[in-house]
Formats: sequence, structure tokens, C-alpha cells
Amino acid sequence: MSANGALLEVDGLHTKLPVEGRMQTVLHDVSLSIGTGEAVGLVGESGSGKSMTARAIARLLPSGASTSGSIRYDGTEVGSRRGSTLRDYRGEVAMIFQDPRAHINPVRSIGDFMTEALRTNRGVARADARARAVRALGDVGIEDGERRLKQYPHELSGGLLQRVMIASALLTEPRLVLADEPTTALDVTTQAEVMAILDELRRERGLALLFITHDLDLAGAVCDRTCVMYAGRIVESQRSADLGERPRHPYTAALSAARPAIEGAVHRLAAIRGRPVSAFEAPEGCAFAPRCEFAQDRCRERTPELRVVSGGEVRCVRADEIAGNLAKETESV
Amino acid sequence: MSEPLLEATGLRKDYGSVLAVDDVDLAVEAGGSLAIVGESGSGKTTIARMLVGLTRPTAGTIRACGRDRSTPSRSAAERRRRGSEVQIVFQDPYSSLDPRHSAQKALDEVLRLHGSGSDSRARKARIAELGELVGLDDRMLRALPRDLSGGQRQRIAIARALAADPRLIILDESVAALDVSIQAQVLNVLADIREETGVSYLLISHDLAVVRQLTEETLVMHRGKVVERGPTSQVLDTPQDPYTRLLRESVPRPGWRPTRRLRARAAAPGEAGRAEREPTSTTEGGRRGG
Repeated sequence: MSANGALLEVDGLHTKLPVEGRMQTVLHDVSLSIGTGEAVGLVGESGSGKSMTARAIARLLPSGASTSGSIRYDGTEVGSRRGSTLRDYRGEVAMIFQDPRAHINPVRSIGDFMTEALRTNRGVARADARARAVRALGDVGIEDGERRLKQYPHELSGGLLQRVMIASALLTEPRLVLADEPTTALDVTTQAEVMAILDELRRERGLALLFITHDLDLAGAVCDRTCVMYAGRIVESQRSADLGERPRHPYTAALSAARPAIEGAVHRLAAIRGRPVSAFEAPEGCAFAPRCEFAQDRCRERTPELRVVSGGEVRCVRADEIAGNLAKETESV
Repeated sequence: MSEPLLEATGLRKDYGSVLAVDDVDLAVEAGGSLAIVGESGSGKTTIARMLVGLTRPTAGTIRACGRDRSTPSRSAAERRRRGSEVQIVFQDPYSSLDPRHSAQKALDEVLRLHGSGSDSRARKARIAELGELVGLDDRMLRALPRDLSGGQRQRIAIARALAADPRLIILDESVAALDVSIQAQVLNVLADIREETGVSYLLISHDLAVVRQLTEETLVMHRGKVVERGPTSQVLDTPQDPYTRLLRESVPRPGWRPTRRLRARAAAPGEAGRAEREPTSTTEGGRRGG
């Protein structure tokens, strides 16, 4: 962990949520850090806890959630922020969601939506706020911003609306952007465009990014480092380039082998048996053990710690022994 | 030469002034597997709906198993016969299964209509057989959809389509909503079924890797029109149409970097492209991807 100079530091985060009347663990000992200007990917399947991690950081957990552990932003504990300091935090840490339509008021114009935070929280005058909004739209490739500000969400396509969301997230000049599957609902050509915009703006402005996705290759393309989550815990974290070439956790390797390849069909895909589980469904010991082809008795005995290995961190007791078996072997199955 | 299993010619669908499908020809040979690839608004799902009779074409003919089905069926018997020829599996198993029916019951209903009829022992045996084919055990067959995962539900939907013993199954984004590890299981099941039963597939998909894995022939659609067609490997390895190339270049892969194609402020004032509109005939964006 890069303790020094980290903009965001999450340490030993545990989160429980009420599920069908019982408090259930959704995040188990999540630790990660993001440096100023660094892009970190958070990859996982459904129930892995990747969205919950972002929500915990954004202080947007559902009501009734209980958390322990620490989330520090710029050196101060996020949980202790109230009133104006919480508002400041929300200006500095912006969130972009998967489905823009679910996060925008359908009866308010784009202009109202985009300028609200500036005008109410920052006291920016109306004309100035609108001018800034038009500039921000230009930054994400949307011309004739003036006209767009007068339109309503239903008049815009999904890709266009997602660019509006990005523009609006950047209006308060955040230092950290939490992007939760921002392109999953978009067509692949639109995805490429939106990712390019996000990537370019991030580099120009030195923004830190937490990018949540289920797509290892997409995370690898835009993130310096990628963390892989399974059952509410981080099982591996490495530089993205290394993660693709030399995964250290059996789950990462299996996930990458299970995906069909555009370059050619295989007789049978290397499917992972069983299904992904949530943290509260995870068995004793390693959560991935029931699906892991390398699991032994000791894997089931106690929960492995996330430990430092060459090049990253991995939560697998057998990581060193099986390192040779995990390198790319997609063709041999 | 024998007639294709499914053949559509001059297929067209207008929605008011919008032309959703424009003069599309397609054919699936018996035992073949065809993909229709495209993005939202390309018309691919409208084609699927017309082929199964959920949407009526504005023009064109559809023939399946040697019989015309361009117009709505006139009798229950005709509807049943069409159902036993072509089945469809939708993207979302949550909304396509009755929440009050177990898999067993859903399959039984189809078997009563098609095939095994009143012999409950034969139906039971067939349900077990279908369960085995898609990898659902007894417990899963007895469970209600809400107690099953998305992948298990989608396997029920596939088993239900198979229960009618169709010659062709239309897979409308059937694996798109599944987690990667589950998607691989379902894709393997689909390959096994084809090997064992000789059923044909028409896959509607935006995912080129899934298309590669499951089909031999591909048709690429853009704004209601077919822009390219051919063997899947050829279309994906050496795409000829600029739009197919753009699709291919937009897929994230190791070493891929997203690049901007639209640039509002940098655009020359004269041609000032409507920035929100996707470009159709440029690949310069993707080329630098490397």
C-alpha cells in the first residue's frame, strides 16, 4: 500500500447491510489506496462488492448500513464529515453511475440538473453557472451546449446522457471520480468514445479515478492498477499490465480464461464451476475455494489475508506455489 | 440444393416515419448457426421479433421449415406448429419466466402443448432429460425462479425452448446479462446442445467474442441495413465495411486504448459534425489502438 501521498485510503473496511431483515456482511476487510492522479480499476462479478465499495467511499450506502474500518480522504476521516465539510467532500469526490437515467430528474432540464450544485452549494450566479456548463459539455464532445441545456433527459440518447453526467460530475472540479460501470449500458462504439473522454479529461486535469467494471480488459486499458474483488473482498491487486499477463489469484486467472476470445473460438470455454457468491454467502476460509481448481484443505480452514507479493497483493495461501500454473493458458483447455 | 431451414427475403419494418429494418435478406441452413450483429437501433431485435411472429413485417417474406410465416397464424394449431419450428430465448430470464412456476412446471406446460401430450411419465422423463442437457439438477428443477441465479434461470429458458423440440432457436442477447463465469457455462451448454440435437441457432448479439464462439455465419447490421455478411471468422478477422471495422476496433482487449472520434471544439466550423451523432464511415479513431 502506498501510504504516503495517497489521496484516498481505505483500510480494513467492513460493511453490513440489512438483507431480508438480517444484517449481512457485504464488504469484508477491503483496503485500497488511490494516489493523486492515479486510476485504479475495481473488477468483479455480481455481488462482489465493487459498487458497495464505491458507495461507501461516496457516503452513499443505503440506510441501515453499518461500517467499520477507515476511509480517509486527503488525510481526514470521511465518516466524520458533517454539514459543509461533507458538502465540500461531495464536490471533490464525484460519482458517475451505470444508468444515467436512474440518476437524473426526468422533469428537470439538463441545464437545471447541471447547474444546481454550483448555484446552491457554491453560490455561483445563474449566467456564470450556465456558461460553465456549456464549457463542460464542450469538453465531453457535446456541441451546441446552449440548446442542450434547454432539453430534457428523455430527448437525449443513452450515450449522450452519460456524457452529460460526466460533464456535470466534472463541473465542481473534483479531484477524485468514482465511476461505477459508466459504460456498461452503452453500445461498444459509444463505450470507446466515453472511455476516451474520461481518460483524456482525467490525464489533462490530474484526476484520480476509481473505475468499477466487470470487464478486466476495459479496466486494463484505462487504469494504472487493477483490484479484483470476489465475495466482498479484494483478492488481488496489481499493475494492470501485469494482471493481464501474470494473474496471481486463481479467480483472476479463471475469470480471464472464461471469457470467449474475439480472435477465435475454442471447443469448450474454461467455465468456472458454481456461481459467484456475495460476502454473506461465502464459506469459511477462502471464499473462492469451492470454485477453485487449486483448492486444498488448508484453503478452507481460515480466511487468507491480503498479503504483499512481488508486484502486488494477493489473498491466496497458495499464490507462490501455483504462480507458474496461472500464467496465460487459455488455449490449452 | 435444399431449402434453408429459415429464410427471410426483402424484410422491412416501418414504425411511422422510422425505417427500423430495410430490405434484409437472411437464411439459416439446417444445423447452421448465424449471428446478427449490431448496436442499439440497428434493427436486430426487430428482425428476431418478426421471425417469431411477435411483430408483423411491413414487407417481405419469411419461410421456416418450408412453410410461409409472413402473416399472423390463423389458428391455434398453426401457432403451435410454428412454435415447434422456431423458439426464442430472450435476454432477461427474470421477465421471461413466470415467477410462480418452477422449472419443472414451465417445462411440463410446453411438453403438454408440443410432443409428449398426456403421458405424464414420458413428460417426466423428458423433463429430467432436458434438465440434464442444460445442467439443472432436481433441486433446481423444483425451485421457483426467484430462488435461482441468473445463469440458472437462463438455462431454464433454454430448456423451455428446447422442450418444444424446435429446429431453430433464436437467442436474442441470451447471454448478455450473465456474469462472465456463468456466461461461459451457458455458452458451453449451447454448444453441447447443438452437437447433440442438431438444432440451429440464430444469435442476436452485440458481443463479437460471443458471436465468434457460437456461430459460423455473421451478418452485420447498421441502422436497419445489412452492411456486411460472410463467414464469422472472415467478418471478424478481415472486416470490409468501415462500420464493421469500427465495431471491431471498439472492443477492449489487452493493449487497447480508447481514442476519441468526436471532438466538438476541434471540429472544423464548416463541416461542424453533429457531435452527438455517431460517425459511420471513419476508422481513424480506432486505428491507433494497436
